[in-house]
Amino acid sequence: MSAPSPAPKLPVSLAANPRLSSWVRFTGEGRVAISPGKVEIGQGIVTALAQIAADELDVDISRVEMIRASTATSPNEGVTSGSLSVQQSGRALRHACAEVRQRFLTAASERLGVDAPLLGIDDGTISGPGNVRTSYWELAGDVSLDHDAITGAVAKTVAKRTVAGHSVQRVDIPDKVFARPRFIHDRALPDQLHGRVLRPDVSGARLLALDEAAVRAVPGLIAVARDGGFAGVVADSEPAAEAALKALRKGATWSAGEPLPDEDDLAGFLKSQPVETTVIDTRAAAATEHVRTLRRQYTRPYIAHGSIAPSCAMARWDGNRVHVWTHSQGVYLLRADLAIVLKLPAESIVVEHMEGAGCYGHNAADDVALDAVLLAKVAGGRPVRVQWSRHDEMSHAPFGAAMAIEIEADLDAGNEIVGWRHAIWSNGHAARPGRAAQPALLAATEIAPPYPRMISTNPAAANGGGGDRNSVPLYELPAWTITSHRLLTMPVRTSALRTLGAQGNVFAIESLLDEIAALRGEDPIAFRLRHLRDERAKDVIRTAARRAAWKPQKRTGIGHGVGFARYKNTGAYCAAIAEVEGAGDIRVNQLTLAVDVGEAINPDGVVNQIEGGAIQATSWVLKERVRFDRTRITSTSWPDYPILTFSEVPAVDVEVIQRPEIEPVGAGEAAHGPVTAAIANAVADCLGVRVRDLPITRDRIIAAMELAS
Amino acid sequence: MPTIQFQLNGTATSVDGDPDLTLLDVLRGRLGITGAHFGCGAGECGACYVMVGGHAMASCDMPMWSVADKDVVTVEGLGTAGQPHPLQRAFITEQAMQCGYCVSGILISAAALLKRSPSPTEAEVKAALDRNLCRCGSHNRMVRAVLRAASEMATS
Repeated sequence: MSAPSPAPKLPVSLAANPRLSSWVRFTGEGRVAISPGKVEIGQGIVTALAQIAADELDVDISRVEMIRASTATSPNEGVTSGSLSVQQSGRALRHACAEVRQRFLTAASERLGVDAPLLGIDDGTISGPGNVRTSYWELAGDVSLDHDAITGAVAKTVAKRTVAGHSVQRVDIPDKVFARPRFIHDRALPDQLHGRVLRPDVSGARLLALDEAAVRAVPGLIAVARDGGFAGVVADSEPAAEAALKALRKGATWSAGEPLPDEDDLAGFLKSQPVETTVIDTRAAAATEHVRTLRRQYTRPYIAHGSIAPSCAMARWDGNRVHVWTHSQGVYLLRADLAIVLKLPAESIVVEHMEGAGCYGHNAADDVALDAVLLAKVAGGRPVRVQWSRHDEMSHAPFGAAMAIEIEADLDAGNEIVGWRHAIWSNGHAARPGRAAQPALLAATEIAPPYPRMISTNPAAANGGGGDRNSVPLYELPAWTITSHRLLTMPVRTSALRTLGAQGNVFAIESLLDEIAALRGEDPIAFRLRHLRDERAKDVIRTAARRAAWKPQKRTGIGHGVGFARYKNTGAYCAAIAEVEGAGDIRVNQLTLAVDVGEAINPDGVVNQIEGGAIQATSWVLKERVRFDRTRITSTSWPDYPILTFSEVPAVDVEVIQRPEIEPVGAGEAAHGPVTAAIANAVADCLGVRVRDLPITRDRIIAAMELAS
Repeated sequence: MPTIQFQLNGTATSVDGDPDLTLLDVLRGRLGITGAHFGCGAGECGACYVMVGGHAMASCDMPMWSVADKDVVTVEGLGTAGQPHPLQRAFITEQAMQCGYCVSGILISAAALLKRSPSPTEAEVKAALDRNLCRCGSHNRMVRAVLRAASEMATS
């Protein structure tokens, strides 16, 4: 293996935050403080980053102390999303630590009188010939890290890495098993009060009037906050805050609200709205005779993030400065929105991360932070903790956007694909805070004067796109046109949910490919391999097929299906094979997956993410659908929004194809699209009918059978 | 205000106050015991489970008056880092979580299961955990961890 050459330019996150000391500091007795700008959301990122730092610095991982992101001290790495954290934060840390290591070796060389190349580092102790030794901590006073990173640093070769690339136990898990307070929900601040915010049941209803007589009589009430249509209570305990909210609700008069679409005709709704149309990609080919066109429509419903923990935040005012504790995915982005709403300079606001439960995208984490800030304003300088109700979490937080996808495939006489048109109708898949001139936070639409609700947009195709994510086939088809229609109305609030549009698009593409393979009488895996040039793509498909002993013999009542995608067409490769069983109610027995993330920093962490993604996708496919009538969201509790239970969870088998020489990418969103498609294709294999509307429920199967007969 | 007495993690505990307060509010708000988590407030997700008289039960909708003289065990009562319960050890070995918010309730359901059925089958473990929701998809790891703990307890 050849020695790596210096990187020609700094990794993105390091270029944006070049000061070495903002990433790495040697502290106290033999400790290393590592400050990434990315945050733990249950994906294990903090452990993977600790591995990278430990490896480059040659210190034991137990010496590494991972610092929670805060706008007061941390590098600004935007948002923790899009399976980019290993890619962005990991590369920055690897580079920064490599340079730090080099700076210390140079200083050690001077102090010890030994040429730097003769020195070695073992768990932070630097030693050389003649038994001379020093350490990072001895030299820390002499080596300033208040320097900007340079481009020349050379990270270790793959062969010399001893921590990254190996499974290690996650650093956060012992706290969670022994119930040591780690979640924001469990970390009470001294002298803290409790707040609750009044939100309407009817969608889009505005608070017109508020009779505060009843709430004023509630024992423990500290204050009522009111700003236009925003109203909330502050009390000395959580039960008192709940009682106060109940009393406040009785005194509220609401406007009529805004109508919601027809839940049973989502495609009709999506296709009838004003849209912004973008041609995502076209590929032209010499005109080939086609003899038939298959035209298929696929839909997926609105999907709830459904964090097990309701969103929670704390805030405390000190004069005209405010400190916020949040489980937001982007502390700087949240701060930018808070600055707009509060009309304060960003420097007057500190936003500090504390772990929450898994969020799976943009849920109410940011909304509740503004709630806490607004309620803390009336708390006389005491911190206020706000926690949403399950009801509000399931009805007022943004949802993953519903999608209608239409594909037309032109086929020649041999049923080979000669043309392909893929069109998407959907709300945008992102309305995160901190990216626009107007705030994206819920309470900002309630205060006086209210900001308009931010209509979701789509990230640029270069960043993976939004509704169009994974809509351009990775397959070699001779011609295609991919079109995205983004809705300009948004009666149901949407924002980023894990994979954005990729789950819907992969479901659609892989379903139709399966149908065409069947038309040709060709094995669906052989059909896919024949249309792929990318060897890594072929490898994951072949690996999954081998592990699942493709194709198992046909048995009555059992079906098998395959799905494949490379997430964002630039990220992780993943192939999934599903075995399903059933006639009406479908059960997924087994999922077999192969994944290629390049260098897997923590292989068990990758497996964990893929297993989790596969199971969550199974839940989406079989059960999940946000319910509403024409006036309100009705799926506001777990019984109304069922998710997969332990007894319903399939066995999941994952093989990671390690490619240590290839830059790592994230694993958190790789499985959803392939698993969705694999299950849908297995259902078709099992029952002989195709369900093209998610979720695949008994009713949908019966409808598909009636249509087929 | 009435006084309610009960055993909490083996210690006699008494609480003055409204007997209609929930056990979860008292644990978290009054006693600073934060292992049991709020998830839904309606006994529908399992995040707040505690053992009462050896049974895993939701504490978020359990009024204090119903706890009088009962034996309550929270995840803090299962074990510590120094003296972990076999389940806690097994959850670390199997890396049986992603975010971990649901884990304390799941440990309680599992501990209650192993009390009444020390050598459960995989199906019995799943059935025992069916009232606990996990959104991250760590179910299979958790089931493996419970089976690992059961076999460890059987041989020790």
